[in-house]
Amino acid sequence: MSRKRGKLRLLTGRDKAVLTAMAGVPALLTTALIWVPALGSIVLSFSKWNGIGGFDQIQWIGGKNYYNITHGYPPFAPAWHHNLIWFAVFVLIPAPLGLYLATQLDKRIRGSRIYQNIFFLPVVLSLALVGFMVELIYAPEQGLINNLTGHTKPGNLVDWIGNPHLNLFAVLTLAVWRQTGYVMILWLAGLKAVDPALREAAALDGANEWQTFRRVVLPSLRPVTIVVTVITVVETLRAFDIVYVVNRGKNGLELLSTLITDNIVGEAIRVGFGSALASILLVVSLLVIVPYLVVTFRRDD
Amino acid sequence: MRILGVRPARLSLHAFLIVTSLVWLVPVIWALYTALRPFADTAKHGYVSVGGSYGAKNFTDAWSQADMMHFFLNTIVITVPALVVTLFFASMAAFVIARFRWRYNVALLVLFTAGNLLPQQAIITPLFRIYTNIDLPTWLSDSGELYDSTLGLILIHVAFQTGFCVFVMSNYMKTIPHEISEAAVVDGASVFRQYWQLTLPLCRPVLAALATLEFTWIYNDFYWATALISTGDKRPITAALANLQGEFFTNNNLVAAGSLLVAVPTLIVFFALQRHFIAGLTLGSSKG
Amino acid sequence: MSSAQNSPYARGVSRRSLFRGAVGLAGVSALGIPALSACSSSKSSGGTGGDAGAATGTVTIGSNGSDPVPKKAFADLFAAANTATGLTTTVNTVDHNTFQQNISTYLQGTPDDIFTWFAGYRMQFFAQQGLLHDVNDVWDKIGGNFSDAIKAQSKGLDGKYYFVPDYYYPWGLFYSKSLWSSKGYTAPTTWDDFITLCKKMKSDGLSPVALGEQDGWPAMGTFDYINMRTNGYQFHIELMQGKQAWTDAKVKATFDHWTELLGYTSPGANGRKWQDAVTMVMNGQAGMCVHGLDQAGPVFQQAGKSDDLDFFAFPAIDPANGQDAVEAPIDGWMMSKKPKNHDGAVKLLQWLGTAPAQNTYLASSPNDVAAASNPDTSKYNTLQKKSIEFVSSAKQISQFMDRDANPTFVSTVMIPALQKFIGDPTSIGSALSDIESQKKTIYAG
Repeated sequence: MSRKRGKLRLLTGRDKAVLTAMAGVPALLTTALIWVPALGSIVLSFSKWNGIGGFDQIQWIGGKNYYNITHGYPPFAPAWHHNLIWFAVFVLIPAPLGLYLATQLDKRIRGSRIYQNIFFLPVVLSLALVGFMVELIYAPEQGLINNLTGHTKPGNLVDWIGNPHLNLFAVLTLAVWRQTGYVMILWLAGLKAVDPALREAAALDGANEWQTFRRVVLPSLRPVTIVVTVITVVETLRAFDIVYVVNRGKNGLELLSTLITDNIVGEAIRVGFGSALASILLVVSLLVIVPYLVVTFRRDD
Repeated sequence: MRILGVRPARLSLHAFLIVTSLVWLVPVIWALYTALRPFADTAKHGYVSVGGSYGAKNFTDAWSQADMMHFFLNTIVITVPALVVTLFFASMAAFVIARFRWRYNVALLVLFTAGNLLPQQAIITPLFRIYTNIDLPTWLSDSGELYDSTLGLILIHVAFQTGFCVFVMSNYMKTIPHEISEAAVVDGASVFRQYWQLTLPLCRPVLAALATLEFTWIYNDFYWATALISTGDKRPITAALANLQGEFFTNNNLVAAGSLLVAVPTLIVFFALQRHFIAGLTLGSSKG
Repeated sequence: MSSAQNSPYARGVSRRSLFRGAVGLAGVSALGIPALSACSSSKSSGGTGGDAGAATGTVTIGSNGSDPVPKKAFADLFAAANTATGLTTTVNTVDHNTFQQNISTYLQGTPDDIFTWFAGYRMQFFAQQGLLHDVNDVWDKIGGNFSDAIKAQSKGLDGKYYFVPDYYYPWGLFYSKSLWSSKGYTAPTTWDDFITLCKKMKSDGLSPVALGEQDGWPAMGTFDYINMRTNGYQFHIELMQGKQAWTDAKVKATFDHWTELLGYTSPGANGRKWQDAVTMVMNGQAGMCVHGLDQAGPVFQQAGKSDDLDFFAFPAIDPANGQDAVEAPIDGWMMSKKPKNHDGAVKLLQWLGTAPAQNTYLASSPNDVAAASNPDTSKYNTLQKKSIEFVSSAKQISQFMDRDANPTFVSTVMIPALQKFIGDPTSIGSALSDIESQKKTIYAG
């Protein structure tokens, strides 16, 4: 602590004012447009409201939405389950695969930029197209997979998207396809922080590629590892778009975010109920993320 | 000197990359193939078929029917300012968090990072109320309020994306050796000069990576654009794609063609920024 | 859009008066003349329809017809409107899906004077919430143009008119004429004949009934018909309105009939897009499908096979109900709460509620039928003519589950339940009590 204070004391008053503005303006904007509405949602989670009319239209009903969610809302438990599966898959595949691709493409190999473009390509495709790709690949009679494997007849067709035991994994395949390129870009940028002199030194010491990676590259990548970890959590909790474009998150594809959307977006909506779902998601997310941030931040200091 | 020893490893690496790339490209190539065929052919013969006619008609139709030029311009007016301001704001805040030890750092980091945790839909009801209750002069917004204005859309993009960028950049900045800024302090450089002239140039790789990703997110956004803009003509390019889809019937071949056209600018941006985060430009070399 | 109508003051009035009441209104009026003129036009809103004849100026229109066919149809329609009424129209086009999802905020934000919407609960809900302006003065003029069944679909729960019907399209069982004539199939009128036909199709190596339920809504048409045939229109509508229990044995009977039909329905329905189901019918892989003309029509049309499409009424189950009810969703126009040009909007709606106007629209969109009675059918195709007969002979008209029932109930409860039932018909027994308990929480307010 004394070191911290000492450091701030070195600054002039003007510097302090500049620093406050540099952090303060973005913080104010984020607070006003993200946190104030988020707190508003928490308040609304104790209400019953269809989103229409003045605030005097809102009925306050205490914790009843939370009771109904946990006691009479069948998709709630499956949605948690699916989000957890989503997380496990994102930790196990795109994060390491993105790192592997990034380290390989970081070498001066022929065609590196072309490979990077190919792996990044899924990230830039519009959702409308991804939704159509799901049909092109997985449709029972029209889909590529069933046609290539000869499973298009009523007796033997594989229902990739309609079967609630298969569809999550079918969709996750495409989610991984998009996530890998995304994570790869971050790893690639992070690899720039690895001092090439250290690598050369390790090579001179006779370390093989894997040893160099473990002892030199990975430790230098620690900040990026933190970034990718948090992104994986965030993308898991917010996972939404592919599932929504496939079938709006029904029939085995329920996710927390699709349940929120179901209740909050559209006509005759249940703002209170949907806000309660969002509040649960927010609180759980904070319980995961905040300790992680605090611990890593303290350790870095 | 180790060329002979390296070669088999390089070969198998290329084999792996080529196979993986092909797997990665299958959906895109398949969509492109479908986009080259008229609807009548794929309806009669199925998507998995050859024959009939091939051509760029779906692409030219999508371009004109969706009035893409108009919507591309809308998108530029939204995306470019949003991107620049996001990176500017985020790098400033990250600089403060990463380079100075003060007591609110953890709180700030949580404020920015956790702002990303909520799905957009979760905050839309209160946000809509805020937007309809902030009045703007007509030269800023012809709707007279933040709702249904380009400015409002830019602001929500900046607010929503800044948190993520602060988080990434503050972690990245921690890898920059402290000696650099300490030397500057001895020089008597102001904090803003430390940020602008010393730290930012060293952040080029991460700025380039974030610029690519942020451009992609903001460019492809459909949610904010539809929830906060009610005038169809003010919406961005993603809305043009949606305009090709009907109440019921949709010509997917046409939508695929339109979507592929829409993806081109993002790839160009990626290509343009790519050299800033691939081998060759390293922290070490810019230090020297 | 024209600048005068986009004046922030005029828009401010509509918004403030919604959210802040009279205080806000007075505050804005103090800003100047534009607000006053907006006020005066809304003051006259309760007034006489007779004035509308002299109305001038610009009317803004919110349209959800963004894709090429309806976009052209709307463009033709409003070009004709400008000539016929002397008004200027500006159209704000938003894609259909977005329009629907954001309708609630659209109406509370800065809505256009009139806009496209649907009949049924979905219209009545917004009327009840005070987001619509009644259109009684429009109906004073156009009342003679519509049948009683369609008039009934245009009123809110308070008995006032809120809706001007534009066109409708019937739901039925659609099939390929060439396939049927080659196999010698004929349209069944009773459930037993229907099942016999399904058996025959199956033995001919066809999927008798194609279904693509990936998007969640197409199977509702089948439910609606089986339920109306089994339990009658009145029960069905009350069930949709939340007034009957889903645990009622009558509902179970509907699902039992449907379970029988599922034995003849193409497997994998939950993973199939509806367009692919219609395509199976078109290509002779499936015998028929339960759909609307607005869905089956364009697929056949775009594939150049319009002449091969035909349909028949859903067969009778209980003779007491016969084939009386027809599902025919009606699309039309509504007026927002505070139109900036009320008199102009009334005048425009009075014109839109006539057969010639509706046929102008349909000239570019041949998969719908004018809602006005006695349209000039000389340009109609066979299916359009058949649709008119089909719907005008109906004793009752239903809209569709997602138009007759609470939309949140439908999207959060019924879509999952129907998909689960289609995937595993045995699940329905326990599902019905779940549906009923969720219905109670959703409809209770």
